[in-house]
Amino acid sequence: MSNQCFSRDELMVVAASRALANDDVCFVGIGPPSAACNLARLCHAPDITLIYESGTIGTAPDVLPLSIGDGELCETALSTVSVVEMFRYWLQGGRITVGFLGAAQIDRFGNINTTVIGDYEKPRVRLPGGGGAPEIASFCHRVFITMKQSKRGFVEKIDFFTSFGHGTGGDHRTRQGLRTRGPALLVSDLAVWATDPESKQFRIESIHPGVTKEELEATVTWKVEYAPGASETPPPTKFELEVLRDFYARTAEAQTRLANRSIDA
Amino acid sequence: MSKPITGSKIRPLEDAVSENLETGCSAAFEGFTHLIPFAAAHEAIRQNAQDLTLYRMTPDVIYDQLIGAGAVSKLVFSYAGNPGVGLLHRFRDAVENGWPRELEIEEHSHAALAHMYEAGASGLPFAAFRGYIGADLKRVNPSIKSIECPFTGESFSAVPAVQLDVAFIHAQRADREGNVLLEGIVGVQKEAVLAAKRAVVTVEEVVDDLNAHPNACVLPSWVLSAVSCVPGGAHPSYALGYYPRDNGTYLEWARISADRDSFKSWINDNILQSTPSEFGIRVSKFASES
Repeated sequence: MSNQCFSRDELMVVAASRALANDDVCFVGIGPPSAACNLARLCHAPDITLIYESGTIGTAPDVLPLSIGDGELCETALSTVSVVEMFRYWLQGGRITVGFLGAAQIDRFGNINTTVIGDYEKPRVRLPGGGGAPEIASFCHRVFITMKQSKRGFVEKIDFFTSFGHGTGGDHRTRQGLRTRGPALLVSDLAVWATDPESKQFRIESIHPGVTKEELEATVTWKVEYAPGASETPPPTKFELEVLRDFYARTAEAQTRLANRSIDA
Repeated sequence: MSKPITGSKIRPLEDAVSENLETGCSAAFEGFTHLIPFAAAHEAIRQNAQDLTLYRMTPDVIYDQLIGAGAVSKLVFSYAGNPGVGLLHRFRDAVENGWPRELEIEEHSHAALAHMYEAGASGLPFAAFRGYIGADLKRVNPSIKSIECPFTGESFSAVPAVQLDVAFIHAQRADREGNVLLEGIVGVQKEAVLAAKRAVVTVEEVVDDLNAHPNACVLPSWVLSAVSCVPGGAHPSYALGYYPRDNGTYLEWARISADRDSFKSWINDNILQSTPSEFGIRVSKFASES
């Protein structure tokens, strides 16, 4: 790792951004997905349509928003619609090609928990809940997920099905009446995972530079499978890193400017 | 049909809250990240509101304060986090430990709750939508049911309409008759107002002419109970065109709310010992940033 000039967090965002195409219409989840989606827009996918659940369609923020409804999102959007319209027409209506989500817990079939750790009635940790995710996972044509790997997060069995991925695998999604493809990609700080076309289980597509198989497998509670020809994730290009770091720097600068106003006053 | 003669709906916030919020009633303080009616919620806490059933899609910092203050007995919601920051500590303390009182929860997804508001505004008893497929909320929340399409036989989720005693929202402007204009991210506020028996709106300013374009989100005064001019009344959320989101305060809330004592001391200093006019001072330093 010592000769690498990028962090694993940076590679996670870069690798996630590469999954998006210029003609995608992407429903952006809160947190890490937002950085990846905007990096795609600033690098290789300038015409991508980014949609946030606050109702902003075709937004192009100059700084990374803290929430899904910062003013920056509305001011740079093509249009802002009501939240009812967003969920009814645009999401349920099937207009969105990719949903990009984060998660607290995930299993190998891309089922996501962001609701509780422990029992629902007597939770050990009460998490925020589903928000838009349950229907984003159902109605976007495909679902991408990005989150850091840990034994607590990458679990054999999630405590609560907040958002249905591939259930128990195979054709479970179709049997539920879902016509969309569901989770297709999982980008972590250690690897890129893609869904096996038959079993619908996540398999390693590529391992990030400097990560060993031992380290990778030690952060997952399920048995890790490798796609035929699994390779090494290409490192970030100089351009990708520059754009990402500029984006973060602009964001930090904007936050400092506001904080200083608060102190000056 | 001529519109009812309303007289002026413009009232001081203290009166608007005391005349419209009662112990045990159902209420929503809505606003999707933008235009969150913090001043109205703080007034409710000062007036010692009790036993409320509160609705809100994103019960973020504003409901963390109401819950921690002990005003809430039941919460209907779809995402209980501090957006971009993390968990809500007062909400967690209520759910996990029953402090300061037991909190009943009814949990939905955003799509469901948005549909429930729309059904309420439409005068329908429920909403049907293609949601909750494979989701455990349908297993743990008895108010989520299934219904068969009479045309195709396909099964849909059905959720009850939101029917409120009172809705509180914040908006940019009202005219002198009390007609209200919202701009930017408008969330579910129109639906919340139309799903409620009574509605109270705080605004940044009262103007002679709203200058609203033909498709603007305007709520006529005759669907509102009271309009109160409270500049800065959405702080630390924002009002597009007036002041930006005070993200620093959202980040700071994680620390203040982390333990009961620092929370109680904050509530005392910033709500109980404060007045609506403080909101204008809080946002004045940001005004030129928006």
